[in-house]
Amino acid sequence: MTAAVVATWTPVCRVDQLEPERGVAALLDGRQVALFRTHEGAVHAIGNVDPFSGAAVLSRGIVGDRGGVPTVASPVYKQVFSLVDGTCLDDPTVRVEVYAVSVDSGTVSLRVGR
Amino acid sequence: MTRELVVVGHGMVGHRLVSALRDRDTEDTWHVTVLGEEDRPAYDRVALSSYVDGSTEDELSLGTHDDPRVDVRRGTSVVGIDRADRLVRTATGETLRYDALVLATGSVPFVPPVPGRELAGCFVYRTLDDLDSITAAARAALARPTPGRRSAVVVGGGLLGLEAARAMRSLGLSPHVVEIAPRLMPVQVDEGGGALLRALVERQDIAVRCGVSVAGIVADRGRLVAQLSDGIELDADVVVFSAGIRAADGLARDAGLAVGERGGVLVDDRCRTADEHVWAVGECAALEGRTYGLVAPGYAMAQVVADRLLGGDARMTPAELDMSTQLKLLGVDVASFGDAHATTEGALPVVINDPVAGTYAKLVVSDDASTLLGGVLVGDASRYAALRPLVGSALPADPVALIAPGAVELGAESLPDSAQVCSCNAVTKGAVKTAIGAGACDVAALKACTRAGTSCGSCVPLLKTLLVQEGVEVSKALCEHFAVSRAELFEVVAGAGITTFSELIARHGTGRGCDVCKPVVASILASLGRGHILAGEQASLQDTNDRFLANMQRDGTYSVVPRVPGGEITPDGLIVIGEVARDFGLYTKITGGQRIDMFGARVEQLPAIWRRLVDAGFESGHAYGKALRTVKSCVGSTWCRYGQQDSVGLAVELELRYRGLRSPHKIKSGVSGCARECAEARSKDFGIIATETGWNLYVGGNGGFTPRHADLLVSDVDTETLVQLVDRFLMFYVRTADRLQRTASWIEAMDGGLDHLRAVIVDDALGICADLDAAMAAHVASYADEWAGVLADEDKLLRFVSFVNAPGTPDPTISFVTERGQPVPAPRTPVLIGIPEVGS
Repeated sequence: MTAAVVATWTPVCRVDQLEPERGVAALLDGRQVALFRTHEGAVHAIGNVDPFSGAAVLSRGIVGDRGGVPTVASPVYKQVFSLVDGTCLDDPTVRVEVYAVSVDSGTVSLRVGR
Repeated sequence: MTRELVVVGHGMVGHRLVSALRDRDTEDTWHVTVLGEEDRPAYDRVALSSYVDGSTEDELSLGTHDDPRVDVRRGTSVVGIDRADRLVRTATGETLRYDALVLATGSVPFVPPVPGRELAGCFVYRTLDDLDSITAAARAALARPTPGRRSAVVVGGGLLGLEAARAMRSLGLSPHVVEIAPRLMPVQVDEGGGALLRALVERQDIAVRCGVSVAGIVADRGRLVAQLSDGIELDADVVVFSAGIRAADGLARDAGLAVGERGGVLVDDRCRTADEHVWAVGECAALEGRTYGLVAPGYAMAQVVADRLLGGDARMTPAELDMSTQLKLLGVDVASFGDAHATTEGALPVVINDPVAGTYAKLVVSDDASTLLGGVLVGDASRYAALRPLVGSALPADPVALIAPGAVELGAESLPDSAQVCSCNAVTKGAVKTAIGAGACDVAALKACTRAGTSCGSCVPLLKTLLVQEGVEVSKALCEHFAVSRAELFEVVAGAGITTFSELIARHGTGRGCDVCKPVVASILASLGRGHILAGEQASLQDTNDRFLANMQRDGTYSVVPRVPGGEITPDGLIVIGEVARDFGLYTKITGGQRIDMFGARVEQLPAIWRRLVDAGFESGHAYGKALRTVKSCVGSTWCRYGQQDSVGLAVELELRYRGLRSPHKIKSGVSGCARECAEARSKDFGIIATETGWNLYVGGNGGFTPRHADLLVSDVDTETLVQLVDRFLMFYVRTADRLQRTASWIEAMDGGLDHLRAVIVDDALGICADLDAAMAAHVASYADEWAGVLADEDKLLRFVSFVNAPGTPDPTISFVTERGQPVPAPRTPVLIGIPEVGS
């Protein structure tokens, strides 16, 4: 295959494996993704690698909100990231990837490019 | 043209004079030579006694004059002054010429002419060298093998004598205070206050004899015997003379300068002698005939002379010669201000004496009861800061109402702007308000720009009040989700019986929390024993360390620390740890807390590692938690030739008692079997040092960023009392400290500090001890090993996976290299920051 971008939906887990406000990590083609389910029930997925430390640990951070925006705090040096757009709210020049999520019949799928 | 200033004396006042002069001498008109007799940098003599509690010479130092125009010569005695040629001669034969000479020679201890006062074992209490000698003598006495208590006779029951008695107790001696006057602190307190003071002091295991003098001292089989004027003989290992001071005015006398009737270099209100080139400041000066033994008037004199040397016209004011005193000794508040003895004609004393509560308060008012003249407070001096500035002003209320318990609260608003808030540094309320207006927004800023609160610190509560009154908001909100402090949140959770974060934030907060408030609430719930920390919603509140019951390292792996109580471990235990580390490929290191840390465990390996450890009898060491870490110990009397008590046994008992106690920050402890302190207990949150007959308990020590020695809370208590006091100390801390506040800063921030803490947990001043005791008993009864709890629960075990869709696959970013024969994290390739790669 050449440069064609093929976005595919990949099933990752059942939604009941996501406990409210507790992240999990998933491995997709060698890529690490952190999945979160908020208190209200929304599911978010962002890159699992903390850009400040290089450790693949964002899924183990504390989930909460800043000014109403759902967030996760890196467990290493505590920078806070938006779960909506991946922006680091403590340093807006830094972002992590955000993945599209679908929940269908209790199955959580992620759309991963290429 | 540069002029030469010679300052004789390098104590607190001499030091302040040089600082004040150089701060203002922007055109460098003076070159200063300081000649100091002691071979040390100037130090805080007011805090002298803290030296025996572990304050170092560096901590007491007032700082060096790092200034090319100031030449400080320590260890240099001056032997003569030639006023005609304006020369000073030193003991080494050197002569220095001066344009101005300031005598800041301080005072010498007064030693009554008692036969035997020259014997070995007799000391004065004035310098760090004196304290070094006393400490050495006390240690030698304690090291002697003969049984029985070691004691000290302290001659003089004034302010200095009580300080000395407290220091003797800190050194492990039993002090006897002998005071010739009919009461303690006769200068500051009256008969009624003195009687209460005596009772409160005696309660601290200090024997007091008033109205008698020491008639003689004789040597007796390696010890001393002090013979009192009433025929009583007291055995002593150390005799300390602290019976007052005399101005060191010998140089001035020899130089033909006038001295006061009771000694002291006679100076006018400019602090100048009759010789226009010679000045005197501090304790050696007799200002218009009177000497002042407090540092505040000395500092004011230093400011006046600095001003005069630079061409100013400052004079000493009566307010600056205020002899008001407030101190806390042995947990007893004493304050005396203004005309404390009602010597003004027609003065009326108003007294409230409550021996049951242990408080005595007297106000002295003018004959028409309109003006406050002075007062004495013993047992509770909390009103001193509000009352002292009112001296000379109209009374804002009926005098009884001002000192009656729970009556009129004297706010800072009742003070005129001219009232001195800080009498040590002569700072008025007006000056503090101006500083706040100019942007000082906390106590630290006020200290920096006004010097208020930098000496005795008694005005700090008043500074806080003024900050609030001037509209400076001191926010105590935990974070954007909770508007209250951790301590208030604790009360809410405890009082309302709340068991979940969701319930708490719905009722008392906003939003969904964050990495600040969630771990705080998790800790509070754990302290209150509301279930396993990973049960239900609680799991989502935990920091990653608590969530996986291990310590996350920089590469995302974890370290594992089993508990090794007191650092005592069997060979079989060591072998198990060694085998586990070997089988899982873990790096091992001995920790500072006398246990073993295994590094490099991946999250999915943790249950298997712990299964092995729990099966072998180990349990969680809580190295990951804001909780009790370790109780370190030396081997104690079991093995050590010098050990006085079984320090390992106590350390094991304490570590098992408090294991798992969640707290605002980590808690460390240590137990030493003798005063050699091999367990470094005084750097711990609570440290215990064995004595011949029991234990000394120290609290509030810290290592880390701001090292601090722990302070003595109680001495010579038995094990049962000790454990009860530690129970209360820890529970009070757990309930009232701020988030991430160690015990050291918790005590420092407490109004009333260590004395307040002692009042609460020793004397039960708040009536909460039964509650604290019950809370700790509940903790001890409900303790269960967290790791055993996880291993027994399939749901909890399911969370220890690397990936939800590939539970056994290791994190591919983790890799190790070998260093000195052990695995360590491989260096990472630099991570690109800020280039998101979004799938489309």
